[in-house]
Amino acid sequence: METLVFNDTKIDVNEEGYLKNPAQWTPELAHEFAHEANITLTDKHFEVLNWLRAKHAEGVPLSIRKVGNSGIVDIKQFYALFPGGPLKISSKIAGIPKPVSCI
Amino acid sequence: MKNLVILGAGTAGTMMANKLNKVLNNKLWSITIIDKDEIHYYQPGFLFIPFGIYQPEDVVRTKLEFLPRGVNFIVDEVSRIEGEKNHVTLKGGRTIPYDLLIVATGANVVPEETPGLKEELWQKDIFDFYTYEGSTLLAKKLDNWKGGKLVINLTETLIKCPVAPLEFAFLADAYFTEKGMRDKVEIFYVTPLSGAFTKPKASKMLGALLEEKRITVIPDFYLQEVDNGRKMLISYDQKEVPFDLLVTIPVNKGADMVEESNLGDEDGLNFIPTDKHTLQSKKFENMFVIGDATNVPASKAGSVAHFEGEILLENILSYINHLPMEAKFDGHANCFIETGFGKAALIDFNYNTEPLAGKFPWPVVGPMGLLKVTRVNHFGKLAFRWVYWHILLTGKTLPVSTHMSMAGKEVEKEVVTLN
Repeated sequence: METLVFNDTKIDVNEEGYLKNPAQWTPELAHEFAHEANITLTDKHFEVLNWLRAKHAEGVPLSIRKVGNSGIVDIKQFYALFPGGPLKISSKIAGIPKPVSCI
Repeated sequence: MKNLVILGAGTAGTMMANKLNKVLNNKLWSITIIDKDEIHYYQPGFLFIPFGIYQPEDVVRTKLEFLPRGVNFIVDEVSRIEGEKNHVTLKGGRTIPYDLLIVATGANVVPEETPGLKEELWQKDIFDFYTYEGSTLLAKKLDNWKGGKLVINLTETLIKCPVAPLEFAFLADAYFTEKGMRDKVEIFYVTPLSGAFTKPKASKMLGALLEEKRITVIPDFYLQEVDNGRKMLISYDQKEVPFDLLVTIPVNKGADMVEESNLGDEDGLNFIPTDKHTLQSKKFENMFVIGDATNVPASKAGSVAHFEGEILLENILSYINHLPMEAKFDGHANCFIETGFGKAALIDFNYNTEPLAGKFPWPVVGPMGLLKVTRVNHFGKLAFRWVYWHILLTGKTLPVSTHMSMAGKEVEKEVVTLN
């Protein structure tokens, strides 16, 4: 277990920097993570982040396709907001686990 | 007389028919199983057909052979489940009423979901190996292939047997090496995930295999379309990967009747919202879902269906006796990863525990190395075909615990849990 200190609060992260507890997430932390990924967050980004957090809380397994069907963005727009690996990057900024396979 | 109806006579459905037939009173319950065709394929064997390790006939049996006497078998395609009316309608026109329904209609590959996949190069230079037809045609193709860029591409993350594409890459390396033409073949593994291995322990233990076998991984590649003219994969962010021979793992979807019945989840992939512990449908209380048809966050694999089956049997008996359903599925999966040259690795994990290293205590045959590449594991994988036909399908219990056990697993300081 690793911890990082942000605004005087200790936050538990895994070895890849993903939050271990989504409840420790704050919008300020999202801005910080986004900055590290060279992304400036807009309202549209937050709409996606909040949707991801809500789905994760419901226990729904997430995929790029599912975000594309969310009604918030299509897949191309999702890539435009979070270039490179959109689900991997947005999950980190949203404070939820990295999308993985079984191994 | 009450009716218990099972949709799908594949791995999960056949297993449940056998289990329930043994325990339900046949004066009170009639069991009916419905499937659109009569052939039972040993799906794990499809992986071996392209390389000539199995012949096509090694994976084919009839469904009837594995269904118990006393269970009605209807060969017809389900057109709709009408949950409010407690009946299903069949394409042939019949309506079958039920008191309790088990949906075990599985998942299938749907290349039509991706533009360019099933067009002029389909089954010429583009193949799948998740179907009998695909793996059989790919065997012929590999037999005559002169080499070039072999690209293995996962179109989606949610696929049956998630390790099979990686096993295909390992077996391809061994196949071309043994044919003396490995230097003529470049192998690329193209995935929408962040790598071929995504979990810490598995990456640490098995990550080196890729380099050792000269397999180039192209991560974070989410396929938008295939350009047949240029023989090129194109991602949503306009990255391109050229191929000479494409082995695709197409989008996986649940049965069409799930969509017709308006029972699918929001993915649009026809998987049915299911309680991940009890396996009860989230929409109808007298409907249960098992195997690849569910949307539970477990692997889509035969071992998962088997472990779910043990739980589902208990819960169905509780349900029909008006007792609380106390059996809880933990996401347990167990699978061999064939790595080529007569060796394999073994993984064992559940919803909360990632695959760990150590020893898997398997009675009779002895312990098997977890996350280690060994000959014993390879023989375990080959022996599994016998286990599948004779133990798993017939509803017998494997000598392995239903819930994942930590016995033999190496835990460093803390158990790494992922949710």
